[in-house]
Amino acid sequence: MSADSAAWDALRLSLWVACWATVLAVPLALWVAWLLARRDFWGKTLLNAAVHLPLVMPPVVTGYLLLIVFGRNAPLGRALEAVGLQLAFHWTGAVLAAIVMGFPLMVRAMRLAIEAVDPKLEEAAATLGAPRWAVFGRVTLPLIIPGILAGVVMGFAKAMGEFGATITFVANIPGQTQTLPSAIWSALQIPGGEAQALTMVLMASVVAISAVLLSEMLARRVAARIAGA
Amino acid sequence: MSLSMTLSHQFADFKLDLSLETGPGITALFGRSGAGKTTIINAVAGLLRPGAGRIVIDGEVVLDTAKNIFVSAHKRRLGTVFQDARLFPHLTVAQNLSFGSRYAPKSSQGASLQDVVSLLGLEDILGRRPATLSGGEKQRVALGRALLNHPRMLLMDEPLASLDGPRKQDILPYLERLRDGPLGLPILYVSHATDEVARLADTLVLLQGGTVRAQGPLFEVMSDPAAVPLLGVREAGAVVEAEVLSHGDDGISTLKISAGTIELPGVQAAPGSRVRLRVLAQDVIVSLNRPAGLSSVNVLPVVIDAVHPGDGPGAAIALQAGSDRILARVTARAVNELGLAPGLPCYAILKATTVAPGSIGR
Repeated sequence: MSADSAAWDALRLSLWVACWATVLAVPLALWVAWLLARRDFWGKTLLNAAVHLPLVMPPVVTGYLLLIVFGRNAPLGRALEAVGLQLAFHWTGAVLAAIVMGFPLMVRAMRLAIEAVDPKLEEAAATLGAPRWAVFGRVTLPLIIPGILAGVVMGFAKAMGEFGATITFVANIPGQTQTLPSAIWSALQIPGGEAQALTMVLMASVVAISAVLLSEMLARRVAARIAGA
Repeated sequence: MSLSMTLSHQFADFKLDLSLETGPGITALFGRSGAGKTTIINAVAGLLRPGAGRIVIDGEVVLDTAKNIFVSAHKRRLGTVFQDARLFPHLTVAQNLSFGSRYAPKSSQGASLQDVVSLLGLEDILGRRPATLSGGEKQRVALGRALLNHPRMLLMDEPLASLDGPRKQDILPYLERLRDGPLGLPILYVSHATDEVARLADTLVLLQGGTVRAQGPLFEVMSDPAAVPLLGVREAGAVVEAEVLSHGDDGISTLKISAGTIELPGVQAAPGSRVRLRVLAQDVIVSLNRPAGLSSVNVLPVVIDAVHPGDGPGAAIALQAGSDRILARVTARAVNELGLAPGLPCYAILKATTVAPGSIGR
């Protein structure tokens, strides 16, 4: 296997994992962000802390906790494997690790966007007869698109770059669970691997910068539409 | 159509405690800021859950804290027009309007999009977004959006307060059309501007410090001397109905009121139409004898109906002028020296009187 194809494999896997992680995390993050921004309930502080936990814990610890809960010998991990969903040492586990690690960043961006929407607009929609879900779908959601995009980029970038929890939970198997950061780390362990590492560093940078530019462009278009004309 | 409520709500700095009823037409809630006006609107709209209370709209109990009934805002079918318009910034004017009609009950009768667009003069701005509209335009769209929702009643929370003079004049005629039009929609109208109230209201509720201090037909409450401090001494004054008789070449018009005729400049309404006149209490002078050689020609024979001493050096006097009642503000010293007392016939000199601008016949 050539060094180059290993790099492309790692890039492909990272993109695949990051896309899945982002798609799966957005709806849940949006819901949690809305709960934290707009609702008062028992345990809100607890939920807020739980969401932010992966941000403050060492990623290796998060990965180890995932291994304890979803490992092949853990009850939950075994149950999931019985229905065909293997997580530990599998690319699906890399998706889970990316979701967990990116979740606080997504929720934070979306929560700030929701809090920036004037609740008086939502009240006005309610007085016009719109049920709560319609108020969210027709008023809140269109107004927070820029914040959602920001959250998507943060989550995607985090998923692309996640290293500690991923390597702990799914290891570093070339072609199976070796994501771009893992591959860079591996290359740097081999004498003379710097050139290959540099290739992958460039790949990672191009993806990250493109994601930011794309979201900026989309957000600006949405903002211009709201500003009128 | 009727609305009745009792409300009690404790805020950090004051307590709202009142009960009131409204009928058809426009009921104005008047009070200084902090009197509890917006709280009442929010409670009726379902945006605030008061500490205790009961609200009945057309026989339907939408709030009864004793029985734990609370109908949420989106099920109350009340159109609310807020001071700050609250148009949806991501939607065009047309889309904002259709947001209103989208949630109107399928079977309901009411204004169509065409009706509303022409009533409110929205033809030219349908494609625009709220950020590009003037304050007056925003309020017209907000009103249209509420009307298309086919509400049982309109709640208007100082809809003109954020507008400057000319913009107010833009909207007032639309509100009058609404009041007098075929929709016949009852309106609960919150205001702290006496000129708006004088021009629009059928029923007036005066609020102070969270309680109702006076309520009744506009003409009665406005001519109640006890209401003078509530309305403010410079703003207080009776509203009387007049019929325009003729317009002179010199710009002076002759109007007929129950106590006689008066002459006023600047009347726009056509002869034969009825207008509302505002007779400010501070513009009325009381004289025991029929005055002669005055620059004012508007002198009416009146009988003193009530004398209401104020807290300071002033006093408010109610004067029966024909079938109308007007107010005069004099000093307490004048009351003593002239012996002003109920039953005394005298003359009222109207220094200045304004026609509630653009006021049209009822």
